[in-house]
Amino acid sequence: SSAAMAAVRGRAVLAPLGPRFRPGPRTPLRSAASAAPPLYDVVVSGGGMVGSAMAAALGHDIHFHDKKIALLEAGPRKEYDHMPDTYSNRVSSISPGSATLLSSFGAWDHVCSLRLKPFQRMQVWDACSEALIIFEKDDLDDMGYIVENDVIMSALTKQLDAVADRVEVFYRSRAVGYTWPLPSHSCDTSPWVQIELADGRRLQTKLLIGADGHNSVVRKEAEIKNIEHQYDQSAVVATLHLSEATDNNVAWQRFLPTGPIALLPLSDTASSLVWSTSHEHASELLAMDEESFVDSINSAFWSNINHSDFIDTAGAIFRSAISFLKPSGTAVRQLPPSVAKVDPESRAMFPLGMGHATEYVQHRVALIGDAAHRVHPLAGQGVNLGFGDIACLAHHLSAAAFNGSDLGSLKHLLKFETERQRHNVSLIAATDVLKRLYSTRLAPLVLLRTWGLQVTNALPPVKVRI
Amino acid sequence: QLSLFRLTVKTPFRTSHSSVDSKEMKKFQLLAHKWWDEEGEYSALHSMNDIRVPFIRDTLLSMGSNYHMGNPLSGVKILDVGCGGGLLSEPLGRLGASVTGIDPLEDNIRTADRHKSFDPVLAKRIQYKSSSLEEIVEESVETFDVIVASEVVEHVADLEMFIRCCSQVLKPEGSLFITTINRTQLSYALGIVVAEKIMGIVPEGTHEWEKFVPPEELEHLLESNGFSVKTMKGMLYNPLSSSWSWVESMSLNYAVHAVKSGAQGQSGPTDAPSETDIQQRSATAG
Repeated sequence: SSAAMAAVRGRAVLAPLGPRFRPGPRTPLRSAASAAPPLYDVVVSGGGMVGSAMAAALGHDIHFHDKKIALLEAGPRKEYDHMPDTYSNRVSSISPGSATLLSSFGAWDHVCSLRLKPFQRMQVWDACSEALIIFEKDDLDDMGYIVENDVIMSALTKQLDAVADRVEVFYRSRAVGYTWPLPSHSCDTSPWVQIELADGRRLQTKLLIGADGHNSVVRKEAEIKNIEHQYDQSAVVATLHLSEATDNNVAWQRFLPTGPIALLPLSDTASSLVWSTSHEHASELLAMDEESFVDSINSAFWSNINHSDFIDTAGAIFRSAISFLKPSGTAVRQLPPSVAKVDPESRAMFPLGMGHATEYVQHRVALIGDAAHRVHPLAGQGVNLGFGDIACLAHHLSAAAFNGSDLGSLKHLLKFETERQRHNVSLIAATDVLKRLYSTRLAPLVLLRTWGLQVTNALPPVKVRI
Repeated sequence: QLSLFRLTVKTPFRTSHSSVDSKEMKKFQLLAHKWWDEEGEYSALHSMNDIRVPFIRDTLLSMGSNYHMGNPLSGVKILDVGCGGGLLSEPLGRLGASVTGIDPLEDNIRTADRHKSFDPVLAKRIQYKSSSLEEIVEESVETFDVIVASEVVEHVADLEMFIRCCSQVLKPEGSLFITTINRTQLSYALGIVVAEKIMGIVPEGTHEWEKFVPPEELEHLLESNGFSVKTMKGMLYNPLSSSWSWVESMSLNYAVHAVKSGAQGQSGPTDAPSETDIQQRSATAG
């Protein structure tokens, strides 16, 4: 009868936590172990921007003052004593929210003292119709910052060094196996996550955070299902030099039928290219000589080849129609800069895809960054979503530590998951829809997005939400 | 098999009573292994940590002077009476306190010991003992800074003696934290009928309504035994969200913070027990 009562329990209304506890035949460990592997409060697997920032955020948290944190990075430690004169071709658009997170543990100051480019405006337009949307903040504050990934890593490494007594970084350490604990009420085996490194060393942890990228091993080993889709696109990146020096405080993105091309400012004379296009075209772009490459870029930004009279007329009519209602919404169109040169070794390409983990957490496991979600670069959101994950998870872990809770407990991990999934899913879905919507020349769809873009531009509240 | 339980104990006050009730012990014996299943029979107690730990922590922080980063309760000696499987001892230990957890049921202590053994920090900070409160009084006079008796006083045989023993092992101006259940029609309807028999939030038979303690009675007993009651507030459990919150009304669950007087004498009025008091107590004893 107590089983029947269990079925009536109010808690059964909520999602059962049963599947989140992984059963499995695992070697039981003796408790008072003579040879017990070192026990950490938190282990972060993956030392990229998101993993390093997670470890640094916890390491600087007041409630983690006496806790032990480990960061596992498969690669070697990179020294960033000084930045080379040339810009790196891997850059990220950092939102003000991400900048706030980075400054919460002292990393943003380092970024500012190295190099970054603030921008105040984003101009996004459609190659098929010239429909335009301009983003800019009322107070002309910075909308975001273009920062080289190496600069961010340098700042994070510095802040990790500052808390080396709390955060142990294991370089050249790849985790090859994870052993999950049995559900908590069977008391005879170790309740911690066991980690085995490639060199045979073992660690134990109360909470494992997977920040190991879109092919996350933590996610696979935890058997968390991932919805993924390879786009038929690759992104070409390069460092470009502009024809003439300019304020260069605008981020440009033009939607071509083959994919969006973006120019992100690095300095008054240099910009970073992110061009998402078909795999074949991407390979061509990498193979062609530098002059042709520069010509292709300028043509992509300036050419009207994709216009059709029908769409142009329809777009113009619509524009004049809404100008009746909201005169301020048809803002001045600026002209993007033209490119003169490309940095010789800076051309590279990488394939694009989208991914979303069905769960972000399990008992004693949490996923952040690309391990949890992967988006198309067209929205410039990728790493910002990861930093948003960190801000949320660090907040919940800090509160849990201040409550004396078991850090691996699903109770607060689920709160993190709910908050972030609510935020991420709509953005990832919207990015995916945008990507598909803009990959076409078909008139009805072009009109749809044209008018959508124009309406969005004219209506302040919608723009602010974005 | 029954565990060992002690009925007659040495006490400085009465030789024939103990605060431990043997019938109560039998009820908990059956569930001695279930303490640490967060979704099992004790899930409501696990969620209670979300309000009782901050209550204890913040009260002590506001009274204390030094704060150790990362260990807010560092240096504080706490006695957890009726610690069960250690559900409350462990978070207090994680916050830096030195915790002694006592429980008359050996199986509970065994579960608690085993659970803490995997964490070297907790294993050092927490000591468990299978014992009643009276049994440790002699060797622990004025030893503890804090006593927590959470979800315990509704199970004891002699509440006044329990409070007196608390006073003896507490340092002057030490704090006593109690959480328990009021004896009202509402607590019968919700606390026994719904919680135990219908929804299974509490294992059936855990509580006897007659032993629930009205806050006025508890306050009176505390004040007449050297304590000054500082805070009393109501608690409410929401079974749908499995979470507790603080509420105005104390008709169901409530929490108390009391402080032992600093001087040798007693801080409250020392009334001789009234007729009704004696009748009430003998009705609830054993």
